[in-house]
Amino acid sequence: MPAIKSLEELKRLKEEALKKREAMRTSGRVQITVAMGTTGIAAGARETMKAILEVIEQENLSDVIVRQTGNIGLDSWEPIVEVVVGDEPKVTYGKVSAERAKRIMKEHVMGGKVVSEYVIPS
Amino acid sequence: MRELALHILDIAENSVAAGARKVLIAVEEDLPKDRLRIVVEDDGRGMEEELLSRVTDPFVTSRTTRKVGLGIPLLKAAAEACNGSLCLTSTVGKGTRLEVEFQHSHIDRMPLGDLAGTILTLVVGHPTVNWVFVYRVGKAEFTFDDNPIKQELDGIPLTEPSILAFIKEMLREGIAQAQQDGRARE
Repeated sequence: MPAIKSLEELKRLKEEALKKREAMRTSGRVQITVAMGTTGIAAGARETMKAILEVIEQENLSDVIVRQTGNIGLDSWEPIVEVVVGDEPKVTYGKVSAERAKRIMKEHVMGGKVVSEYVIPS
Repeated sequence: MRELALHILDIAENSVAAGARKVLIAVEEDLPKDRLRIVVEDDGRGMEEELLSRVTDPFVTSRTTRKVGLGIPLLKAAAEACNGSLCLTSTVGKGTRLEVEFQHSHIDRMPLGDLAGTILTLVVGHPTVNWVFVYRVGKAEFTFDDNPIKQELDGIPLTEPSILAFIKEMLREGIAQAQQDGRARE
């Protein structure tokens, strides 16, 4: 049985993260928001969130901030994910399953190209 | 919703919406008494008596975007179908406490589901809230408080890949350990 994670280990990770942060100070930030109201959760928003966090971990993406928010009033499009890359306008994606979330992470967040087929038409 | 962990996520979102700074989530598997208890307690703005009495009604919501809130009524119905109950208490300006209980072994009881996923989602998604998670199985206990972690990180985002992996593992290990120890001592 592995030992429970200690704060010592966290300290070491923090030092490493600080160094990395210094190195990439110039790169743009990405802000991702997952709608986590009752309808969103029932439609699978937690799995969507987990998929996003998984990609961040696997692809080692620093500078991505993930937040969650309540219901945003577009129930039939849940789970809903908003992505803002740097100064670009906000992109709102609908029916974002875990699979779709992974694609959005790879193509939009990492590749810079909006996945237009998942964007909620305004 | 097919797992209790998703209901916990839903209830906890209410706490955040109520402006809570600190939220305690306690899950207790009392195996000798065959009960499963979940408590979500916050220091948010609380509810007036009148709203509180209506909030388990499916046609009440404090949200302005839509008129029907189903989170608490669904959980209440699920508990009552399993020899359990849901109790909601609230004081304006102090906070709200929700306690829900099930017969642990009841055939219709939803599985706990992915508790680690729920807590991770809350901790990362609402970093300004202090999340405390207590999980008891029999006499075994796992407590997770994100405050020491955030203090140590000193502004580094929780979405930093290595930190994310750290918190995820911490939750998974703690939950698995409590389950193993709690059941072994039966």
